Amino acid sequence: MDGTAAGGPAVNGAAPGMPPTHGLAGLLLLADSRLPAGGHAHSGGAEEACRTGAISGPEDLARFLRGRLATAGRVAAALAWSACVAAHDPKFPDMRRPNSHNTAPDGHAHAADAATAWRLLDAEADARIASPAQRLASRTQGRLLVRTAKRVWPSTALGTLAGAVPDGAHHPIALGAAAQAAGCTPAQAAMAAAYTSVTGAATAAVRLLGLDPVTVHRVLAELPLADLTDSVIAEQHDWSALPAHAAPALDLLAEQHLRTEVRLFVS
Amino acid sequence: MTKALVRARAILRTGLDDRGLTRIETMRSDPPLTLRQTAPGEIHLVSTGAGPLGGDHLRLDIEVAEGTSLTVRSIASTLVLPGTGRSLMEIHVDVASGATLVFAPEPTVLAAGCDHRMTTTIALAPDASLFWREEIVFGRHGERPGRCHSRFDATVGGRPLLRQEFVVGDPESDGSPAVFGTARCVGSTLITTETPADEPKSDPREAEVAEGVAVLPLAGPGTLVSALAADAVELRARLSWGESRVSIQADSPARATVGLRPPASRFP
Amino acid sequence: MSANHDDHHDAPDGHGRALRLGIGGPVGSGKTALTAALCRSLGPSLRLGVVTNDIYTTEDADFLRRAGVIDPDRIMAVQTGCCPHTAIRDDIAANVDAVETLEERFGPLDLVIVESGGDNLTATFSRGLADRQIFVLDVSGGDKVPRKGGPGVTSADLLVVNKTDLAPMVGADLTVMSRDAAAVREGKPVLFTSIREDRGAHSVAEWVAGIVESWRHQHSHSHLS
Repeated sequence: MDGTAAGGPAVNGAAPGMPPTHGLAGLLLLADSRLPAGGHAHSGGAEEACRTGAISGPEDLARFLRGRLATAGRVAAALAWSACVAAHDPKFPDMRRPNSHNTAPDGHAHAADAATAWRLLDAEADARIASPAQRLASRTQGRLLVRTAKRVWPSTALGTLAGAVPDGAHHPIALGAAAQAAGCTPAQAAMAAAYTSVTGAATAAVRLLGLDPVTVHRVLAELPLADLTDSVIAEQHDWSALPAHAAPALDLLAEQHLRTEVRLFVS
Repeated sequence: MTKALVRARAILRTGLDDRGLTRIETMRSDPPLTLRQTAPGEIHLVSTGAGPLGGDHLRLDIEVAEGTSLTVRSIASTLVLPGTGRSLMEIHVDVASGATLVFAPEPTVLAAGCDHRMTTTIALAPDASLFWREEIVFGRHGERPGRCHSRFDATVGGRPLLRQEFVVGDPESDGSPAVFGTARCVGSTLITTETPADEPKSDPREAEVAEGVAVLPLAGPGTLVSALAADAVELRARLSWGESRVSIQADSPARATVGLRPPASRFP
Repeated sequence: MSANHDDHHDAPDGHGRALRLGIGGPVGSGKTALTAALCRSLGPSLRLGVVTNDIYTTEDADFLRRAGVIDPDRIMAVQTGCCPHTAIRDDIAANVDAVETLEERFGPLDLVIVESGGDNLTATFSRGLADRQIFVLDVSGGDKVPRKGGPGVTSADLLVVNKTDLAPMVGADLTVMSRDAAAVREGKPVLFTSIREDRGAHSVAEWVAGIVESWRHQHSHSHLS
């Protein structure tokens, strides 16, 4: 089925007895830049970095992408992983803390609790994105992704998430919920988040600077995507302790970009 | 290299005296973390001895009681040196209802070969006020820095306000135009407003950006000034500009309902 | 594919919502001028919204706002990341979001115009975004353009050939354009305009008013199509 059989979700990839291809079809569709969810119009700071000269060729781009992956990518992967776990397992780990009022047994309180949990995870994302421009871009992409995913892979979790955060959940959270709906494991959700944290910027640089797309794909191929995803999964934090790696230059680029006259990308 | 590893825990607590003024309730120094009261409600951290050195574990606890205000500064910058293993500096802060904390020490300088970990955990009551500045300098003049991993967590009434980690000395992010660019220092100042966190997303505060510095209204009730610079002097100038923008916004008529404490004149 | 068609009509809010009209065409053919002219003539009788897809910043949206033909809040600009055709054809998410935002904010609306960024002759609107579409050419591209066809020219619900005032200067034969367009479009309408001179815009507006009327009629009843 979808990996949520008795005994809980497959949190670290394919669980015993699961076919090796489990979730891969969903992962390919989700991570494909052709997924019609608005991602093509976001450069993740690359447009502004190209404009200011911070990125002028493949070497700069490689450094930009490595740093982006180690910071925003790591945070996105961790949030997507957590969101996918939460969508798989509506018990929502952080809701069982002493102070939470989630003492009612399964029943009517369930949907309300799920909505509260989504808002809590979304607030954790908010606290990790200092720049309002980046929060806006993240929410916009999250809203569009949930809208698309709801039609492609209808699921309870996506419906609850859309209701809980109507302006749009942060993109990694939307991605985690969409991944669960698409049949992916949390590990695959984290991988998709890490991947999309760099591909949009890479494509934007190809378009804006006319870089050789093969060179840029080589740069992408050399990024430590799997290592990063593995380390995020190994940590398996409480939501409050999830990675929070900041990138001050991305914050500056995002705010400058919003104030730049000529913009081809949303962010 | 047989120096004994240092374990130190300093504690600072305020209380109200019978006239309703702030007094220092507890001031426990633990070398090398030495505390000196320099004015009413104002404490200076005086480093006695070098470091921290690799292997040292230092901890500072600050509790600002309801209705009191406290300012913490330092005499000199902190030079983090290599030693046996990783050094740790942890700071735990609690700011109660109606209380104000200004924390503005001199920068932390990461010497070559250091391996340093910093954690700061701040719990704010919903109507507490905070001014918290942190500056990290990547090595002394012309020096390549060692490694540093800092984590900063601030919550307001238990809700997350700001969580940030910085990693210096990691080949993945060093020199990345996405992270620190060509800067040699990073700094940030968190300034919280008194607004309750009921509708933080509708807050119309505008971000501002200038060369190497941005004033970033957070989703919760606070603003972060974030800066990158070539040296410590430029970093301080950029942060100060951003900090002044926050107080200007707070003083403008449109912002009168939000308000900020402490007032600009009390900012360091 | 008929499945596509069904999906389009079953799309969320497919019923009782505004007609979504796409206006596409090459750079400089007069899409924004036509949008302004439509707002001017239809504004008094229809509840309108406009989404622009500028290549550069929000220039088109600003032009419309300055033209004062529609409440500026009813104009939304969408950035397309260097690929105007992607935003109207392959990944319409941002445009659908903008249309639905306008409907939520100002609805009910009768007509939402989605003006594409200037692109080449192959650009055409997805049925998931636009219920009907107008393709705008101008004569200065040469009178062979209609014969060359392309999805915009052949399949648009209305083909507008603009800047007829320039025809003598660029040596374009309007009769040839008219004949070729009729041949490739299998009877679908073609209108010749000179928006700048205020000629022909009213007939485009009449055509639009007509499709809005039949859309409203069709969609206030049961699911017929």
